[in-house]
Amino acid sequence: MIHFERFTLDNGLKVLVHEDPATPMAVLNILYDVGARDEDPERTGFAHLFEHLMFGGSVNIPSYDEPLQRVGGENNAFTTNDLTNYYIQVPAVNLETAFWLESDRMLSLAFSEKSLDVQRNVVIEEFKQRYLNQPYGDVWLHLRPLAYKKHPYRWATIGKEISHIANANMEEVKAFFDRFYQPANAILVVAGHVRLSQVKSLAEKWFGPIPSSPPPVRALPAEPAQKEARSKTVQANVPLNALYKTWHMSARDDSRFYAADLISDILARGTSSRLYRRLVKEQQLFSDINAYVMGSLDPGLFVIEGKLIKGVSVASAEEAIWSELDRLVREAVPEREFAKVKNKVESTLVFSEMNLLDKAMNLAYFELLGDAGRYNDELRRYGSLTREDIRNEAATLFRIENASTLYYLSN
Amino acid sequence: MQTVRLWQPRRIDLQGGATLYLLHGGEADLVRIEFIFPHTGWDPEQPLLNRALAGMLLEGTVSRTAAEIAETIDYYGAFLHAESSADHIIVTLHTLSKHIGHTLPIVKEVLGEAVFPENELAVYAQNSLQKLQVSLEKNEFQARRAFNAAVFGTESPYGYPLEPEDFTRIDRDALLTQYPRQLSSKNCFIVASGKISKEVESEIMRCFNDWEGEEAPAYDPVLRTGAPGKYAVEMPGSVQSAIRIGKPLIHRTHPDYVELQILNTVLGGYFGSRLMANIREDKGYTYGIGSGLHSFKNTGLFFIATEVGVDVRENALREIYHEMERLTSEPVPQTELDLVRNYLMGSFLGSLENVFSHADKFKSLLLSGLDYAYYDRYFEAVRNVSAARLKELAIMYFAPGDFYEVTAG
Repeated sequence: MIHFERFTLDNGLKVLVHEDPATPMAVLNILYDVGARDEDPERTGFAHLFEHLMFGGSVNIPSYDEPLQRVGGENNAFTTNDLTNYYIQVPAVNLETAFWLESDRMLSLAFSEKSLDVQRNVVIEEFKQRYLNQPYGDVWLHLRPLAYKKHPYRWATIGKEISHIANANMEEVKAFFDRFYQPANAILVVAGHVRLSQVKSLAEKWFGPIPSSPPPVRALPAEPAQKEARSKTVQANVPLNALYKTWHMSARDDSRFYAADLISDILARGTSSRLYRRLVKEQQLFSDINAYVMGSLDPGLFVIEGKLIKGVSVASAEEAIWSELDRLVREAVPEREFAKVKNKVESTLVFSEMNLLDKAMNLAYFELLGDAGRYNDELRRYGSLTREDIRNEAATLFRIENASTLYYLSN
Repeated sequence: MQTVRLWQPRRIDLQGGATLYLLHGGEADLVRIEFIFPHTGWDPEQPLLNRALAGMLLEGTVSRTAAEIAETIDYYGAFLHAESSADHIIVTLHTLSKHIGHTLPIVKEVLGEAVFPENELAVYAQNSLQKLQVSLEKNEFQARRAFNAAVFGTESPYGYPLEPEDFTRIDRDALLTQYPRQLSSKNCFIVASGKISKEVESEIMRCFNDWEGEEAPAYDPVLRTGAPGKYAVEMPGSVQSAIRIGKPLIHRTHPDYVELQILNTVLGGYFGSRLMANIREDKGYTYGIGSGLHSFKNTGLFFIATEVGVDVRENALREIYHEMERLTSEPVPQTELDLVRNYLMGSFLGSLENVFSHADKFKSLLLSGLDYAYYDRYFEAVRNVSAARLKELAIMYFAPGDFYEVTAG
């Protein structure tokens, strides 16, 4: 349970406040409603590159990091296909520095050519480090365009290819800023050793004067229903054969999401899970295997991935996965197993509330979903699922024509 | 600067020989209990023994199969892990306090009655071997492995470069012999933190007060330091090189250590550090670079780590040495030093997020044989260390000549 208050400034900025007097720290988290899905297909990776540029100085403050470190603060950010999230952790007595820094870069960036030059290189090195220079690192560069044909989820946040990042220019940076980085397109969460009245006056003072235009209208192409099974084979210098399978599932903001999420727990959460027990331990087909859902805002993917034991045929490994999925469709989950995955959801929620930054980020994320209050309803939504819901969802998900498979094979 | 208050645990010497520390705090209905067992030996013929002990600990006891252990822990929403690090095996239970009566007895069982079934050992060895094969394809892993071997030698867990075949040589009899010596009450610190209610405390006492194991042999890792210099690991087809530069250095108990941490922060210990400012934010050679100090049982380590484009590797190396050299020749400017002081105080405050973080601070003292006066010395250094003193330390510890430099890719 995270308690919070909410208000909106005249320029449209939504502000949420979570008071936690037990900590001496404050968190200022700001979420912009823009992600890789909003990119031009010829300029993929731009939302993420832009996130880097947000640290290159703003209109009145030449260095973002320096003044924050000087008051004992730390910060970072991340970009996903759906959103871009920035956060600051600072001793609560220095909270106003965080307001000053975040409001100035929402007002306007410095748009420095040097920063753009350097950050293009930094992001290209990130592309290499995380996607090209790692065994299996480029899996999602293959898998996304296999599973998605129309929706912009068909590219990864890092971008389709390095040239898209290398070619980004200042004009595009400015246009992106004007379109997405404005008060009505953002959610601000202030949490920790703070008071609602104090946050109200700081928010008015620093963010109130920033002009706003109407938030951008999002009109993304919907992904058409998949009609036949798809597959792709990649040969690479990796030591083990690996299998990646995806099935189209619901959006995060859909009651079906919760059933799919529990199915992934039944299959792969912890060492008592079905895929681990049967396919790793008993049948010894995989050395590791995982199942998870992409909690994306538009309809997402249910994913199963595993590395095969040397000598095991890909066909038999794949068949073993299907047979576990069929069992979910045919047989009700035993009562005790169903209670087990629900209990784990409960304890995980309790553990995540130990962390101030997690609480702030969750409030921002659920506000983007429509209402931060929904966070406090999560446990009930998982709890109210029935075993029949699980069977129905499994039947909807695990159809052959809904699957895409990447065979990632050792040379 | 704000004052920082550290929560200190209460100590109870258990009858069977283990030492229990209880740190109560926080509102959430959660407990974390860690069982820390310092290594009691290392055999070059069985280099993986303690790692396999940890890896196999939850794979079956006299009365429960691996599947039953896993199911019970998961059913009560708990998390139970065992892992082997450079100096210890640590077994960690996270549990809701209300379920401790169901979860803690499982820990008691795996610490006293594990059976290491042969078939489970075969699966463990095979899966671990495959994971290592994947790791060996990563430049960063290769650089770290070659670096540790060069710096510490190959005759201790610190530097031994693991080979996939080592997993096929794990001897079950050796495991069974090592188990009661290594995971013994007489070789165990228990650190429990979170909501330590009366019920939680009495359950811990019920399970572990009488727990009594064998005498544990003392062990000091054998260090056979190689020659400083350049080591290269060829990784054909790489688009980036992993770089690791460093050397053995003072331990946390050394009087210079608290000040050296500040110098390390200036060099590569935070986002605004000199290495980040130069090699990432000015040159764009890398996604990230940092430096660190690590304190082992009886030695310390200083290292710089990064991954850079292969075409800019030589430039990056030159800039790294330049930044170290600059610390030995020019005093850190006052404004930069003030910034680092404030940053360190803020980040210390931020690192005390909840009762578990307070327990972590205590653990690092415990494992180094230090007391809370260490943190007083640390805050004193952060407030008052001078630029002249940092330059002196840089000359003493960062002077060129005796570094180990490893590149992979």
